[in-house]
Amino acid sequence: MSEPLLRVEHLTTGFEMGGRFVPAVIDVSFHLAKGETLCLVGESGSGKSLTAFSIMGLVDPPGRIERGQVVFKGRDLIGLPERELQRVRGAEIALVFQEPMTALNPVFTIGSQIEETLRVHGRATRRDARARAIELLDAVRVPEPDKRVRDYPHQLSGGLRQRALIAMALACSPDLLIADEPTTALDVTIQAQILELLADLQQRLGLALLLITHDLGVVAQMADRVAVMYAGRIVEESPVATLFDDPKHPYTRGLLGSIPGGAPGSRLVAIPGTVPAPGALPPGCCFTPRCPSRFEPCPTAHPGITDFGGGRTVKCYLHGPAVEDDGEDGGNGSRNGATELAKKTKSVPGR
Amino acid sequence: MALLDVRNLVKEFTRKQGLFRAASGVRAVDDVTFSIDAGETFGLVGESGSGKTTTGRCILRLIEPSSGEVEFKGENVLGFDRTRMRLARRDMQIVFQDPYSSLNPRMRAGDIVEEPLVIHRVGTRPERKARVAELFELVGLDPDHRTRYPHQFSGGQRQRIGLARALALHPSLIIADEPVSALDVSVQAQVVNLLMDLQQRLSLTYLFIAHDLRLVRHICERVAVMYRGRIVEMGVTEALFESPAHPYTKALLSAIPVPDPGASRQRVVLDPGSFDRSAALREVGSGHWAAI
Repeated sequence: MSEPLLRVEHLTTGFEMGGRFVPAVIDVSFHLAKGETLCLVGESGSGKSLTAFSIMGLVDPPGRIERGQVVFKGRDLIGLPERELQRVRGAEIALVFQEPMTALNPVFTIGSQIEETLRVHGRATRRDARARAIELLDAVRVPEPDKRVRDYPHQLSGGLRQRALIAMALACSPDLLIADEPTTALDVTIQAQILELLADLQQRLGLALLLITHDLGVVAQMADRVAVMYAGRIVEESPVATLFDDPKHPYTRGLLGSIPGGAPGSRLVAIPGTVPAPGALPPGCCFTPRCPSRFEPCPTAHPGITDFGGGRTVKCYLHGPAVEDDGEDGGNGSRNGATELAKKTKSVPGR
Repeated sequence: MALLDVRNLVKEFTRKQGLFRAASGVRAVDDVTFSIDAGETFGLVGESGSGKTTTGRCILRLIEPSSGEVEFKGENVLGFDRTRMRLARRDMQIVFQDPYSSLNPRMRAGDIVEEPLVIHRVGTRPERKARVAELFELVGLDPDHRTRYPHQFSGGQRQRIGLARALALHPSLIIADEPVSALDVSVQAQVVNLLMDLQQRLSLTYLFIAHDLRLVRHICERVAVMYRGRIVEMGVTEALFESPAHPYTKALLSAIPVPDPGASRQRVVLDPGSFDRSAALREVGSGHWAAI
């Protein structure tokens, strides 16, 4: 296989809290090819936004990338000097945030904010910038772009603001667009429009799209492949169709089950308990306390990867993997014992 | 007989005249009529700004309606004086959307749940304490956690505290305004299951205000769709979802992302010129009304 556009390898990012490093993204690896859409799914606190920030090099202290690689077009972005990063950020990798009101500067017009992006990256002169900004607004189907370009953010509706943000993200024709919950703050009819726009732009421009969401309906509509995150780790990765047909991880099954559907008035399949906070992760597989299928090895050590082929991987003892061997956070005495136990129980037949 | 009867409800917000602006009015709720039977779950859906929250608050007179009638158990709520209204509120309670801002951070969870009993002078101190413990159990909280503060609870647990408080005075009607939309997906299902259980056990009536159409379809018996302050369609849930009659309902339903990668998608785009916004509701099927 040729080198993908983006390859994230063993990324661990976290925060310094009271002299202790608390990981919030743990050993995350995935790749993304040109023209492909990967959805990163998870609930709040699962580490999906921090993964995006790590890729963009936007993790500020007390946050810190502990280890891993973010290889974009064959070059590792981690550790690049800020000047080099700035050339990549915005120009080759662009980010669309969740909250279109806070991501735009309220005291500048939409047009001047798009023009700034163009000029900073040397993509247009002051003279051409306005015309290009209007072109971009037209491309994201903002009606009357020649008028809207002079509007301030507060004069636009939520949907139009999100379009303006997407126009800004596309200003320098990036190869990779990271969209962090781009439709969460929007009404369902506006959400549908924005998703259609993203899919259309992707087709026309051959963008790679990393779409972060908690809505499995959005995933079904947009994704080629899906990575499910829980408590900082990717616990399951799969092409979209097989994930919905045959989810392997109990957490994925729970997420799919908690979508309202089935017979009206019937009980929903709830996942008991709540998502653990970073720094208070349970031992072993972090999903253990909430898992309906837990058994002996689960609380001992985090499970390694089981590869089903066809791009399907899962981290769960039900599918008989060994313990994770990356030695993350190591140095605790019980770890060896845990490994032993997991090895012993490894012969438990996969269900 | 209907437990709640809302007739021709109107709420107009006026903008004061400014230096460069003439006074103007916005009809947030425009001639809304519906009724809810005892024991029913009635869904009020619509997008932001459609007037669904304002409608809920007008029923409780947390916002004073401009005109119309609200009849609860056969009595006209809008004619009540302060004292009588306070009494009526024992019987109609509200659960708010955001469990992070709707609980007083400086009060202990037990005191938050007990407060309605204190205000309405119900029972002696020991009786109230016992009732609080009972309510904690009822909503699935550990009664030993009564002395904790809201920040020590998760979002789902906070919503349970809000629910326990709402249930303290044995209400018959609960107005639930987006009760689960601020919660994580896996926790949403827990709270939805709890709402359905409680309804069965306590024979509650719900006015369920929400924008999540999948959820509304799952738990409501009847639904009204609001668009720009008006009810544009109303009916038995299955009929409305299976054969929507109003262009707005069609557009809204077709915009729901379906959690099935193989599903075909035919999104209907709303053309605001395609219907008469002032049309009255007329019956389009058995118990199914649309403003077309």
